[in-house]
Amino acid sequence: MTRITVNVDGVEYSDDVEPRTLLVHYLRETLGKTGTVVGCDTSNCGACTVHLDGRSVKSCNVLAVQADGHEVTTIEGLAETAGSDGKLHPMQVAFHEAHGLQCGYCTPGMIMQACDLLKENPDPSEQEIREGLEGNLCRCTGYHNIVKAVQQAAAAMATDQPEPAREEVAS
Amino acid sequence: MTITEDNPTAESSQAEVGRARRRKEDQRLITGRTRWTDNVTLPGMLHIAMVRSPFAHARVTAINTNEAKAARNVVAVLTGADLKDVQGANANAWPISADQVTPTHLPMVVDHVACAGEIVACVVARSAAEARDAAELVDVDYEELPAVLDMKEALKDEVLAHPDLGTNKSAFWQLDSKEGGTGDDVDAAIEAARTDGVVIEREYRQQRLIPAFMEPRSVVVDPTGEQITMWSATQIPHILRFLLAATTGVSESKIRVIAPDVGGGFGGKLQTTPEEFIAFAAARQLGKPVKYTETRSESLLSGHHGRDQWQKLTLSATKDGTVTGLKVELLADLGAYVALVGGGVPVLGAWMFNSIYKFPAYRFNVQTILTNKTWVDAYRGAGRPEATFGIERMMDELAAELGLDPLELREKNWIKHEEFPFTTVAGMTYDSGNYEAATARARELFDYEGLRAEQQRRRASNDPVQLGIGVSTFTEMCGLAPSRVLGSLSYGAGGWEHANIRMLPTGKVEVVTGTSPHGQGHETAWSQIVADRLGVPFEDVEVLHGDTQISHKGLDTYGSRSLVVGGEALVLAADKVIEKAKVVAAHLLEASADDLEFTGGRFGVKGTDQGLGIAEIALASFAAHNLPDGVEPGLDSDATYDPVSFSFPHGTHLCAMEVDTETGATKMRSYVCVDDIGVVVNPLIAEGQVHGGLVQGIAQALWEGAEYDENGTLVTGSFVDYTLPTAADTISFVTDRTESPSTTNTLGTKGVGEAGTIASTPAVVNAIVDALRPMGVHDVPMPCTPERVWRAIQSGGSTRQVESSGDAQPHFDPAAPNQDTPETEGGAQ
Repeated sequence: MTRITVNVDGVEYSDDVEPRTLLVHYLRETLGKTGTVVGCDTSNCGACTVHLDGRSVKSCNVLAVQADGHEVTTIEGLAETAGSDGKLHPMQVAFHEAHGLQCGYCTPGMIMQACDLLKENPDPSEQEIREGLEGNLCRCTGYHNIVKAVQQAAAAMATDQPEPAREEVAS
Repeated sequence: MTITEDNPTAESSQAEVGRARRRKEDQRLITGRTRWTDNVTLPGMLHIAMVRSPFAHARVTAINTNEAKAARNVVAVLTGADLKDVQGANANAWPISADQVTPTHLPMVVDHVACAGEIVACVVARSAAEARDAAELVDVDYEELPAVLDMKEALKDEVLAHPDLGTNKSAFWQLDSKEGGTGDDVDAAIEAARTDGVVIEREYRQQRLIPAFMEPRSVVVDPTGEQITMWSATQIPHILRFLLAATTGVSESKIRVIAPDVGGGFGGKLQTTPEEFIAFAAARQLGKPVKYTETRSESLLSGHHGRDQWQKLTLSATKDGTVTGLKVELLADLGAYVALVGGGVPVLGAWMFNSIYKFPAYRFNVQTILTNKTWVDAYRGAGRPEATFGIERMMDELAAELGLDPLELREKNWIKHEEFPFTTVAGMTYDSGNYEAATARARELFDYEGLRAEQQRRRASNDPVQLGIGVSTFTEMCGLAPSRVLGSLSYGAGGWEHANIRMLPTGKVEVVTGTSPHGQGHETAWSQIVADRLGVPFEDVEVLHGDTQISHKGLDTYGSRSLVVGGEALVLAADKVIEKAKVVAAHLLEASADDLEFTGGRFGVKGTDQGLGIAEIALASFAAHNLPDGVEPGLDSDATYDPVSFSFPHGTHLCAMEVDTETGATKMRSYVCVDDIGVVVNPLIAEGQVHGGLVQGIAQALWEGAEYDENGTLVTGSFVDYTLPTAADTISFVTDRTESPSTTNTLGTKGVGEAGTIASTPAVVNAIVDALRPMGVHDVPMPCTPERVWRAIQSGGSTRQVESSGDAQPHFDPAAPNQDTPETEGGAQ
């Protein structure tokens, strides 16, 4: 077992983990952060996407020990990072408004990846959005409304005061 | 108690049905506060890992579990020998013929493995990782048997998927218009057309697909209470509970099934699975809660597959393009077992091959076949996409043969809007529709003429990138199903749906539905229906589902049935609430019930400003201090609705594909669909269903296919190889609607869940073929990968290399069954 200390969604956790434990399993099974889900075993689907020090990673592709000393933001911490009153992140609002989710299983990963996409490119074209989400699979929406949601979020975030998101502080 | 005056706010006076309400479900899903089955953790819970056969066909001769049992934190290793008397069976609910050959499907193999991935043992351990480690230590000896993998080979009965059954042929089913009295003799029509008309004969391959819902299946069983509770990622908690009880002997009253948040299904979770039954048996055996969650690779291998047909089609017409007959001969690969509704899936196509057309003669034959592959069952559309593909490809072939515009040819043959209700050659009565209106709107949105002109320009200039226009005018039957019809087809259950409305004393409303949503937004749409009917705020309605202890009665969600059947049950239940409330209102208002009118959630006395809101009546009825004699307290009402008919959504889909003739690469340029799905409860949700459906159908045309190697190993067994489309592969769609309300239900709804998938596949393939017709190509087998398109171009339609059918106009040899060589099956040659 290896002792790790990880800040997840603003809370510091210290645990002994088997070295082979994947970050996603640490989040789900040790911390109970079940908002982050597993959709495949080949890192294709992106359902487990979280932010590690402000950058999106597929948490099935990171060992828990690699997160030692780092900051992780999951879908469960995203709302808080957008404002002190816990209001939803503009990306979450946009997914709701644009009907960018149906069963919702891919949604946590999709939202986390979409946030990362806009961080790198705040004003993406439709094609840039599509390519930026290529690593996240959705079986319900046909991506049509997901793309719309990201466009709406980009517009909303461009007019908003830029929020000092935690990941920006950390990176 | 105060008697109030009617004062609805502007907001609440707006009808809920038809509003693009944002979904109630979203809040928990976008914040990660979800209850997927795999999130369920119980005290002392154990974890199961499955040991699966790597062989497609084998006999298990010995299993040594000693090493696995000795592994760290392993609690038990169970084999078929341990479970054979308690595990129940995975049943077939729809034998399509009296003499259907139905192999017994045991959850855990006792000695005979009929496909790769079948479970031969399981390890139960304290953690999932330890269970999986120990599963590697289970030593199974197999005697490998010859496997039959190709359905045309299987038809010969030389190698048997189940040697003890003596045949691979499961069942034969026929619908014949002459015999059934719904039309003429199709053979006579074809013979007549051979002399002075046109006969089109083609054979198409519906490749095997994998539903590939995003949430892998998971099951948790807790045997520690008075009832055994099962959480499962299923579309069908009610059917699962019934079949657990019926096949294990456990009393149905001792089983509770919960489908919590379920991450997609598309028919793929319309099954009772070996994994569920093994977890149930293991939990009972060990007396401890257990969990099993599949990996994606396990899901692709052992969740049921879909489609998988050969379609031999003969269409006869007069020289002006009037179709005179259609003959359909299907071979359907069921895989290793006849799954829950597996054999019935191709049969659902029987009423759909004639689609929107007025064919005078029709015959549909299907032979279902057993092979040593994963079992096949419902996948989005289930039988109807296959049928729609077949007929829409054939209509394009006929148009090409006659040099007619494919839309013009269709219009010549389709049912005109003034001809509804119309009884088809397959014996179905279509209640409503307007194919002219949907087509006119689609043409306009698509710029059909403009794109045809561009196509001509590209052809004339020999542009290496050719443009093709694909048409698909589809219909489908939704709303499974009138119970009497199901009974006449020997289906093992009815097709009704149940609802319960509870009027709470605080004025809030609980709606219990027997449907079991897994992404469709029922919590929102059902709230809208009930809010309208009862005149209560949308926000005050809570929709409960997916737990047999709460929703004790229901037939679950599949076949675009939930709104058309379950929605009507809501209406009936709400009307009963109103009837009960009316008696109480009359009493409290000291008026005659005949003088009351119910609008906007309020009973008013006609001609006065006196009235009572339904919430007030609910409270009064709860208190029961002042009820008329003989009236029971409470307004809660139940209703069970059995549909009188199916509903028939339709639409016109137009697709433009650019095909690079040098590389075979294809690119979707635009996609327009105009669907008539009747009255729409929530346009936002309906449109979302269409988008998702479109991409699944497009994926069949372009990317997806479950491929096996010659040993029966699934080679597309992960998301690396089974290529679901990504955001970068797809485009934004143009969708619109026309509306002719269904006349067979009160809401006028028709169903939308499968429409996009049913319509889009032939639209895409027709577009690719249309682009390449001048090069002599008249078919590209699916999925139309660049390699297959390129090969089709190279062959110029002059060789059979990539064809799933013969060259232009070879007549089928009536003596031969499906005479194509098996090598044309599957992957690119």
